Amino acid sequence: MNNAQGWLELIIYTVVLWAVTKPLGLWVTAVLDPNGKTFLDPAVRPLERLTYRIFGIRPEKEQGWLSYAFSILMFSAVTMLFTYALLRLQAALPLNPQKLPAVADHLAFNTAASFTTNTNWQSYAGESTMSYLSQMLALALHNFLSAAVGIAVAAAIVRGIARHTVATVGNFWVDLVRIHYYLLIPICVVYALFLVSQGMVQNFKPYDTAKVIEPQKVQVQKKDDAGNPVKDAQGNPVMEEQTVDSQTIVEGPMASQIAIKMLGTNGGGYTNANAAHPFENPTPLSNFVQMLSIFAIPSALTYYLGRATRNQRHGWTVWAAMTIMFLAGVLVCWWAEAAGNPLLNGLGIDPAGGNMEGKEVRFGIFDSALFATITTDASCGAVNAMHDSFTPLGGLVPMVNIQLGELIFGGVGAGLYDMLVFIVLAVFIAGLMVGRTPEYLGKKIEAYDVKMATFAILLMAFSMLGFSAYACVTPWGQAGLNNNGPHGLSEILYAYSSCTGNNGSAFAGLTAAPANGDPHYDITLGLATLIGRFGMIIPALALAGSLGRKKLIPAGPGTFPVTGPLFVVLVIGTIVLVGALTFFPALSLAPILEHFLMHSGKLF
Amino acid sequence: MSTFFRELRISIVATVIFALLCSGVYPVVIWGLSQILFPRLANGSLVEGNDLTIVGSDLIAQGFSGAKYFHPRPSDAGTGYDATNSGASNLGPTSQKLIDTVKQNVADYRRENGLADNVPVPADAVTASASGLDPHISPENARLQAARVARERHLSPDAVNAAIQRATDRPLFGFLGGQPGVNVLRLNLALDGMTEHPQTTRKRNPSTDYVDYTDLKASGS
Repeated sequence: MNNAQGWLELIIYTVVLWAVTKPLGLWVTAVLDPNGKTFLDPAVRPLERLTYRIFGIRPEKEQGWLSYAFSILMFSAVTMLFTYALLRLQAALPLNPQKLPAVADHLAFNTAASFTTNTNWQSYAGESTMSYLSQMLALALHNFLSAAVGIAVAAAIVRGIARHTVATVGNFWVDLVRIHYYLLIPICVVYALFLVSQGMVQNFKPYDTAKVIEPQKVQVQKKDDAGNPVKDAQGNPVMEEQTVDSQTIVEGPMASQIAIKMLGTNGGGYTNANAAHPFENPTPLSNFVQMLSIFAIPSALTYYLGRATRNQRHGWTVWAAMTIMFLAGVLVCWWAEAAGNPLLNGLGIDPAGGNMEGKEVRFGIFDSALFATITTDASCGAVNAMHDSFTPLGGLVPMVNIQLGELIFGGVGAGLYDMLVFIVLAVFIAGLMVGRTPEYLGKKIEAYDVKMATFAILLMAFSMLGFSAYACVTPWGQAGLNNNGPHGLSEILYAYSSCTGNNGSAFAGLTAAPANGDPHYDITLGLATLIGRFGMIIPALALAGSLGRKKLIPAGPGTFPVTGPLFVVLVIGTIVLVGALTFFPALSLAPILEHFLMHSGKLF
Repeated sequence: MSTFFRELRISIVATVIFALLCSGVYPVVIWGLSQILFPRLANGSLVEGNDLTIVGSDLIAQGFSGAKYFHPRPSDAGTGYDATNSGASNLGPTSQKLIDTVKQNVADYRRENGLADNVPVPADAVTASASGLDPHISPENARLQAARVARERHLSPDAVNAAIQRATDRPLFGFLGGQPGVNVLRLNLALDGMTEHPQTTRKRNPSTDYVDYTDLKASGS
C-alpha cells in the first residue's frame, strides 16, 4: 500500500465513523430511555416486559447511585463466579470435542476477572485451552454482559449531568436488558453473518484434519518417556527430526463470538493470534469493518451525551477532541512502522516493506498500525498484528493510548465515563486559572466531584506503575520475559497498563502462565483488571449521583464554554499533561530508550 | 440484608436469562443461518484433493519447502504452520535472536531463488507473520520465486505469472482495509493441476458433508 492509499483509507475511515455517529447515537438515545421507541418494539417489547416480570422488578423505579453501583457489583460477582466455575469444571462439561482438561485455578481466576471487567487479557491460547462450551458460555457471555455494564454506567453518568435536583440515575436492570435486546444482540446477528461471509467459521464440529500437500521435516525437542525434554552433556536440549504430514484445522462457533468481541470492545480472541488469525479476520474488508465496529458505539455515545444534555455542540466537541488524538496516534504509529527497523533493513531487506515481523500480508503496514491505534484508543485489545514486534515508537503509541485512560472513543461506555472524569478535571483546572468556581453544563464542580475524579485517575496510575515495579524486581516477573533489555520492561509495563486499563492486548511474548505453574502474573494481572474496572466505575457513579443532585445555574458571561476549539485544547491538554507527568519516566526507560539503542545498533 | 438477597436473586436470574440468549439462542441462530447461506465458508473453507480427502484450508498457510512450490512466510506457530498453535515470534526490534533468524532467512531466500547479494529481499519473505498461518505472500515475493518454480516445473514464466495473478486476493478498491496478497496454497494447488474450487469439482453436497451434531456424537462428547 502506498502513502496516498493510506491517507485515503484514513479519511474514509474517519468520515464513515462520523457518518454513523448520529444515526447510531439517536438509536442509543432511544435504547437508554426506558420509554424510548424503536422499530423493534413490536417484536422485542413483549420479551422485555416478560424479562422484567421474571426479574421481579418494576422498570419505572429508578435507583440512586449507590444502589445502582451495588447492583453492578453483585451482578459482576455472580457472573465472575459463574465463569470461574465453568472453567474449573470444563473437563466434565459437554461440547468439548477436543477433550480439553480443566483450567488451572489461578488461570481460571485471571480469565474470569479479565472477562468480567471487559478486559479479555488472555494468559492462554484459546484454541488449545477452551472447549466450545467455555468459549460460548464462560467467555462470550461476558463479551455481552461487560459491554452492557459499561454502557449502563455511561448512561447513568450522562443522566447525572443532564438532570438536576434528582437523587436517582436510572435503573441498572432496565438498562442492562434494553442494551442487550435493542442494541447488542440485533447488531451482532447481522454482523456475525457478515463475518461468516468473509470466511470466518461458525460450526460445532470437531477440528478437521488435513493431509498436507508436501509433508515437512521439522526439528523438535526430544522428550523421554515421562515427557521431559532430553538434554545432552552440556545441558542443551537434544533435537530430533519429525515429519509433519497433517494439519489440524481449528473449528467452532467463532463468528458469533467475534461479532460481540469487536462491537463490545472486548477483544478476547477465539484463537491465540486473535484478529491476526486468518479465520478471525479473513479479509481486508472484514478488517475494515472490525476496526469500524470497535469505535461505533463509543462514538455514538458522544452523540448521546450531546442529545441528553441538550447541548449537541458539546457532544461534537468531545467527539472532535477524541478524533484529533486518534489521528495523532495513527500517524505516529504508521510512520514508525513504515520506516521499519534499521537493523533488519541493514540485512538486505527491501526497506519499502516496512516492519513486517509479526504482521500479516493481507493487512500490511498501514492497516496494522491503524488497527493497533484503534484497539488501544478503545479498550478493545484485539490485535491484527503483534505489538511486541512493533518498532519502539510504533509500540509506544498503543501503550500510551492505554495509559492515557482509553478515552479516545474508548471502551463501550467506559470511554465516555473516563472522558467525563477528565472533563471534570479540565473544567476544574480552567476554573482555577481564571479564578472562578468551575462549572460544567450548569453544574458547579465542587470539592467532592474533583476528589472523585482525581481518586479514579490516581488509582489507575498506581495500579499500572505499582504492579509493574513489583514484577520488575521479582524472579517470577523476570522469568516471564521473552525479550531482554528495555523491551523486557516494555513487556511488563504494557501488561499491567493493559489489564488496569481493561484493554487486554499484550506485548504477547510475556509468559503470564508459565509451564511451572507460577501463579503470580495471573493473580496480579487479574487484580489489576478488577481495580481498573471498579476503581473507575464507583467514583464515576459517585460523580453521577453528586452532579444529579445539584441545582442548575444558568450560564452567565463568565461561564467557561464547553464547546469549540478552546475547550478541545483544554481537554486534550489536561489528558496529555496528566499522562505525561505520570508515565514519562517509565516510558523513557522502556520504548524511548529502546528507540535510541536500536538506532545505535545495540542488541539484547 | 433484604436488598442484598434481592439483588443476588436478580443477578442469578439475569445470568441464566442472558446465558440462554447470548450463549444459546444467538450462536445457534448464527450457526443455522451461516450453514444455509455460506456452508463452505462457515466450515473452514476446506480444500479437497481428488480423492475427496481434505488437503487444507484456503485461509490457513501450510508448509512448503520443495523447489517446485512457492514458499509461504516463515511461521512461529508451534513447529511451523501448526494451526492449533497460532502465534508469532513476539521478538522485539532489538532482539539478537530476531536479527540472527532474519539474517539466516535472507541468506536462504537468496540461495533458493538464485538472487544476487545486492537484490533487496521482500520484508514478508523473511519475517514471521502474526498468526504463523498467514496464507499470503506479497506479489513481489511471488515474482521473485516465480523463476525457480517455472524452471522446476518446466513451465513458461508467463504461465506461472498468470497463476500468480489468479491466486492474488485484492482488497475492495485495491486498498480498503489491507493490501493484495498471493494465496500460496491456492497457487501451489493450481500448479499441481489440482483444481481447488470445490464448488465446481466436488461430488458431495457441501451443506451435508460435515453434519455437525452427528460428528459431535460420533466423537463421544
